[in-house]
Amino acid sequence: MSVNLTLLIVMGALYACGIYLILERSLTRVLLGLMLLANATNLLILATGGYAGLAPLYSKDIAAGDYNDPLPQALILTSIVISFAVTAFMLGIIYRTWVLARRDEIQDDVEDLRVAETPSFDAEDDAEIPAETSEFPLTMLGGNGRDISDHRPSGDGGSATATLVAGGREMLAEHAAAEEKPGSQNIAPGPEGGGK
Amino acid sequence: MNIASFAPLAVVLPILGAALTFLLIRHSRAQRAVSIGLLSLTLLLECLLLAHVWTAGTAAVTIGGWLPPWGIVMVVDQFSSLMLVVSSAVSLAVLVYATGQGMADGDHDAPVSIFHPTYLILVAGVSNAFLSGDLFNLYVGFEILLTASYVLMTLGGTGPRIRAGVTYVVVSVVSSVLFLISIAMVYGATGTVNMADLAIKLGELDQGTKTLLHVMLLVAFGIKAAVFPLSFWLPDSYPTAPAPVTAVFAGLLTKVGVYAMVRTETLLFPGDSLNTPLMVAALLTMVVGILGALAQSDIKRLLSFTLVSHIGYMVFGLAMSSVAGLGAAVFYVAHHITIQTSLFLVTGLIERRGGSSSVDRLGGLAKLSPLLAILFFIPGMNLAGIPPFSGFLGKVGLMQAGVELGTPLAYALVIGGVLTSLLTLLAIARVWNRAFWRRPSDAEHPDPVLLAVPEEADRAEDAVQRAGSRTGIMLAARTGVQRLAGASPRAGASRPATLLPRTMVGSTLGLVALGVALTVFAGPLFGLSDRAAADMLDRSPYIQAVMGEDTVVPAVSTRGGGQ
Repeated sequence: MSVNLTLLIVMGALYACGIYLILERSLTRVLLGLMLLANATNLLILATGGYAGLAPLYSKDIAAGDYNDPLPQALILTSIVISFAVTAFMLGIIYRTWVLARRDEIQDDVEDLRVAETPSFDAEDDAEIPAETSEFPLTMLGGNGRDISDHRPSGDGGSATATLVAGGREMLAEHAAAEEKPGSQNIAPGPEGGGK
Repeated sequence: MNIASFAPLAVVLPILGAALTFLLIRHSRAQRAVSIGLLSLTLLLECLLLAHVWTAGTAAVTIGGWLPPWGIVMVVDQFSSLMLVVSSAVSLAVLVYATGQGMADGDHDAPVSIFHPTYLILVAGVSNAFLSGDLFNLYVGFEILLTASYVLMTLGGTGPRIRAGVTYVVVSVVSSVLFLISIAMVYGATGTVNMADLAIKLGELDQGTKTLLHVMLLVAFGIKAAVFPLSFWLPDSYPTAPAPVTAVFAGLLTKVGVYAMVRTETLLFPGDSLNTPLMVAALLTMVVGILGALAQSDIKRLLSFTLVSHIGYMVFGLAMSSVAGLGAAVFYVAHHITIQTSLFLVTGLIERRGGSSSVDRLGGLAKLSPLLAILFFIPGMNLAGIPPFSGFLGKVGLMQAGVELGTPLAYALVIGGVLTSLLTLLAIARVWNRAFWRRPSDAEHPDPVLLAVPEEADRAEDAVQRAGSRTGIMLAARTGVQRLAGASPRAGASRPATLLPRTMVGSTLGLVALGVALTVFAGPLFGLSDRAAADMLDRSPYIQAVMGEDTVVPAVSTRGGGQ
C-alpha cells in the first residue's frame, strides 16, 4: 500500500497542534484541539484507503485494483457527523460556562479540593475516646450538665483529648466516662470506690 | 426465521421510543407511558433472545442481507445477551425511578421532558455496543451512548454539572478519538473491520503490529472502563449528575468498556501476550480505587471510587484468560451492574430523606426510615462481598481461578482482591455507622429535613403504616424546607413534597430484589457465564456464526506466562 506523504505530514501537524491545544485550560482552545484531533484522524482513515483511484461505481472493463476503496470514506463521513455533534455540544457547554462564571476556563472541583485539604485526623473516627461510651447520658454526672456534650460541632479543629465540665471541675472525658459506669468490669475503681 | 433475527429490534425499539417521546414532549404522562412501555418490550425481547441463545447457541444477523465481512452484522451470543438483559432490566428500574422523581418534584425546574428521549437513545447505544459484530459499529454504538450521556450529565446546566460535564466530555472524546485511530490502523493493517473476520486476519500479522493495535484498543477501552491509570475522570464527573443518571452511568457505561475489553482480549487478540500488564493494572485499579473511596465523605463520590475499584475485579478475571476466570468475570459484571446501580439509587433516596449525601451531615436514618436502611444494607453488604450474597460468590470464583493459575502475580491479585473487599466493607460500614446509626442531632450541620420534629415525623409514619403503606412519608410543609434530589433548591418552599415517593422506593426495591435474585439463582447464572466464557475462549462459535460453518478458526498461540 502506498501513501501520500503530504497527507501524512498534515496529519502529523494536526495531531501535534491538537494535543498541544487540549492541554490548555481555556475551553475554547480545548475545543479547537479536539476538532484538530478529529480531523487528523479523518486524514489517517483516508490514508488507510491507499492511493486515489476511480470512483467505486461498477463497470465491466475496469480491473478491481483501479477502484478507490470506498469504505474509509464511509467511515470518515460517519466520524465527521459525530464530531460535528460533539463540537456543537461543546460550544453549548462553553457558552453556558461563560454565562455562569464569565470565564472560559476549566474550574477545579470543589469537593476534590475539600477532600485534599481535610486533615487525615477525623475527630469522630480517630479520637482516643469513643464518642459515646455508655447508654446513660453524661448529664448523670450532675453539675453543669448543659455543657456536657461530647458532640460539639467539630469546628474546633478536632482536638485529640475531649474535656468536659462536670461537678464544677474540668476533667478528661475518659475519666468522666469511667465514673459514669461504676459497675463496669473494665473500669478500675477509683480511690473513693468509684461511681457516684 | 427465529427470534434471533429480531435482535436489531433491541436497538430499534429504544430509538423509536426516543422519536415518539420527543414528539410527545408536551404530554409528560404519555411520554412516560411510551418510554416505560417500549423499554419493557425491549427487555422482554432480550429475555427471549437470552433463552434462545441459551439453547441454540451463538447467532448472527446480517443487516439488510449484506453478507459479512462487507455488511454490518449483529451477533447474539451468551455474553452479549446476558449483558443486554441485565442492562435493560437496570435501565428500566432507573427509568421508573426517574419518572417517580419527576412526578414528585414537578417537571418545571429542569428540562425533564428532554430526559426521556435522551435516556432511550442512551439505552439504544448500549444495546448497539453489546450486539455489534463490527468494530466500527461498536464505535458508533459508543458514540450514541456517549452523546446521550453528555446531555444527561449536564441536565439542567447548573454550574457544578457543567464543570463536571467538561471533564467528562473531553475525556470521552479523547478516548473515542483513540478508538477511531485504532480502527483506522486495524483497517490499514487488515482491510476489514468485521470482528469475526479480524479474529482470523489479525492472527496473520507480525507480533509488533499486533501488540501495537492491541495496546491502542485496550487504552481506548480502558479509559471508558475506568481502569486505574485512566480512571481519574470518573469520580470527578459522575457524582454531580442527577441521582438516576449517575446510577445508570455507574451501572452501564463502564461495563460497556469492560465488555469491549473482553471482546478485544478473547476474540481479536486471544492468547496471553498482554496478560501481565493487565493484571498489574487490575491490582492497581482495585487498591487505588478503594483507598480513594476511604478518603471521601460524600456517599456519591465514595460509591464512584468503589465503582473504579471493582472494575479491577473484572479486569483480573479477564486477564487470567481461563474459563474459570473469565466465567467469574462475566458473572461479576452482571452482579456489579445491578448492585452499583441500586446503591446509587438508594443514595438518591438518602439525599431526599436526609437533605444531603455527605455522611458528615447525615444521621439516624435507620430509625427515621427502616426501609431505606434495609435498601442500603443489602446491596452494601453485597458490594463488600459478605458471604451469602452474589458479590461473595463472584469474588470466590475469581479467587479460585487465581489460585488455579498459581503464578506469583495471580496470588498477589488474590490477596489484593481480599484486601479490597475488606476495605470496601470498611467504607460501607463508615457510611452505615454515620448515616444510619447515630442520632440525627450528632450530625454536623444537619439539614432541617433530618431534624424536622422527629416525633411528628414518627407519628406521620405510624399513621401511614397503619394505613397499610410502609413506604411513603408525607411530610407537610410545616418544616418549610424541601429539597430536590438534584442540585437546585426548590423555589417557593410552600408546596408539600414527598420525601420518599412510592415509585422511587418501589423501583429501588425492585432492583435490590434483582440483586438478591442474582444470589438465589447464582448456580444457573454461573453455569451460563462459564459456558459464555468457554465459547468466547474457543472463538469458533462466534466466528462460525458470522463467517459460515466451514470457516477454519486459527489456533490460539499461547506463550505461557506472558512477557
